[in-house]
Amino acid sequence: MIRLAAAVFGLVALAVLSLFVGVGSVTLSGLLSPAANGNDWELLLISRVPRTLAIVFAGASMAVAGMIMQMLARNRFVEPSTAGTADAAGLGIMLVMLLAPDLPVFARMLIAAAFAILGTALFLAILRRAPLRSPLFVPLIGLMLGGVIGALSSFLAYRYDLLQSLAAWTTGDFSMVLLGRYELLWICFGLTLIAYVTADRFTVAGLGRDFTTNLGLNHRRIMAAGLTIVALVTALVITTVGMIPFIGIIVPNAVSLAMGDNMRRSVPYVALLGAGLVLACDLLGRVVNHPFEIPIGTVLGVVGSGCFLYLLLRKRAHVG
Amino acid sequence: MSARTRSLRVIGATGVLAVCAMLAFMTLDAGGRWDFVLPFRGTKLAAMLLVGYAIAVSTVLFQTITNNRILTPSTMGFDALYVLIQTTFVFALGSEAFSSLDRRIVFLIEAGAMIIFANLLYRMLFSGAVRGLHLILLVGIVFGILFRSLSNLMQRMIDPTAFVALQDRFFASFNAVDQQLLGVSALVVLAASVAVWRLRHVYDVLALGRDAAIGLGVEHRRAVFAILSIVAVLVSISTALVGPVTFFGLLVANFAYQMIPSHRHVFVIPAAVLIAFLVLVGGQVILERIFAFDTALSIVIEFIGGIVFIVLVVRGTAR
Repeated sequence: MIRLAAAVFGLVALAVLSLFVGVGSVTLSGLLSPAANGNDWELLLISRVPRTLAIVFAGASMAVAGMIMQMLARNRFVEPSTAGTADAAGLGIMLVMLLAPDLPVFARMLIAAAFAILGTALFLAILRRAPLRSPLFVPLIGLMLGGVIGALSSFLAYRYDLLQSLAAWTTGDFSMVLLGRYELLWICFGLTLIAYVTADRFTVAGLGRDFTTNLGLNHRRIMAAGLTIVALVTALVITTVGMIPFIGIIVPNAVSLAMGDNMRRSVPYVALLGAGLVLACDLLGRVVNHPFEIPIGTVLGVVGSGCFLYLLLRKRAHVG
Repeated sequence: MSARTRSLRVIGATGVLAVCAMLAFMTLDAGGRWDFVLPFRGTKLAAMLLVGYAIAVSTVLFQTITNNRILTPSTMGFDALYVLIQTTFVFALGSEAFSSLDRRIVFLIEAGAMIIFANLLYRMLFSGAVRGLHLILLVGIVFGILFRSLSNLMQRMIDPTAFVALQDRFFASFNAVDQQLLGVSALVVLAASVAVWRLRHVYDVLALGRDAAIGLGVEHRRAVFAILSIVAVLVSISTALVGPVTFFGLLVANFAYQMIPSHRHVFVIPAAVLIAFLVLVGGQVILERIFAFDTALSIVIEFIGGIVFIVLVVRGTAR
């Protein structure tokens, strides 16, 4: 309980910090002084609060999505960016831009989610064909499949001058988040709650098809539900802010090192830590090269691949 | 027919096809403006040949010292490492000081740094601490991602306006080949080829594996260091000229192994080089003249190469 309280407190502290850090200055005195002209409040409500919420929702839901994937695939190193899911969603966005550029954002997101499901299904189909040699085989194939799908997207982007849009979803960036442009991420928040409520089922499904059936649950249906949540979260995050890599690997692994694999118990920690890590990295990106911002995708690319290497090379790594 | 004659025939046939592709590249749709077309396409062709040669030779040699047909310098993060060295250089000097330096000298310094760091990376991956092929591959790939992200981060930290001015100077692609570097790269490739030639008796022995090679009297450590340095220089050249191309080496090396019925490097290396010429130049002709996509060659290579890679890993040719 104390640990949970500490985690919540840490996240709240970071979130408050996030409200006051950025190029335009928002100060407490500016907000509270009677002589305030409202500029500070405007900046706070239109830019900082939406940005902070977007970061918290995206970070928490991506971390939980990674955790669900790891449970269902029974592999510690899968997450949307190491299973072809994210790149497939991006290809979906690319095709929508080409074929139906006028579709509303919500429809675009749904199509991206459909592609994310297809991409993940393709990934699982490849895995089923391959004799499983080592747990590392799984992310290896996933990264490469992502590369192949990504090459398709870049081909389309080159051909039809959409390279800028391509960059928008390959590198996550919260600096464009404003009131009215992030609200889809509330759905991520909802999906994270659903994942929390149904967590036990994923834990059971992670123990295998036979075990699940034995307990009277429908293994297929749980798998489908889990993958749908993952695909929706990925598609939502990519359409609104772009790809946030590695969160789904680092956070669940860190939590499971500390407290084991009971998903119901660890979901809150995974969500809080995911949100906290993305917030911290975004703050870092805002501060380090002030007044310019470094997008979250770049910061997390460095932090995330460093942590991933640590997980891979850790002594006596009990992979699997 | 002996393996020797069959290998020679394959090499001969590939060579003829490669020459045809080069002729097609130089002459198709020229529109009579030879005084413009020949030098313009000539530099592009020269760059493609240099890059094809560098990637083919470096990949085959790398696979010989690692005893493996799936690991390549670029999947192990070597060309990302070169980009990181380039970026660090600009970052450390500041973009103004950097732009006043002679490109060719900068390139030579970067290639020198690349020899040191490539050897360090290799030691780290292959000293025995990282066990198992899949782990080595995954660690190599993630190192590549780390190097790319670090380069990205530094590029973001450089003043944006100065960065835009520098961008095309240090990001090459097949379509924006760095002309200033062609001459010096050709010289370096020549020097590297002399080194490759002088080590020619070692490769077939090294391919038998570390223990067998030592048993047969090869100074394993020194030979690996020398070959890896050559690989590092060749990777620097191809990356400096056209930027990172992840799967090209994997493609040409594996084509060469498939087509040549012999394990001897006298046959495999020339075949890989000629296949590289054929794929690069022929691919460019097809894309440019038939489909009218001129920018896409490296993307198409990534796409096909990625699929081949997945097939190779799934089928488990990884030994």
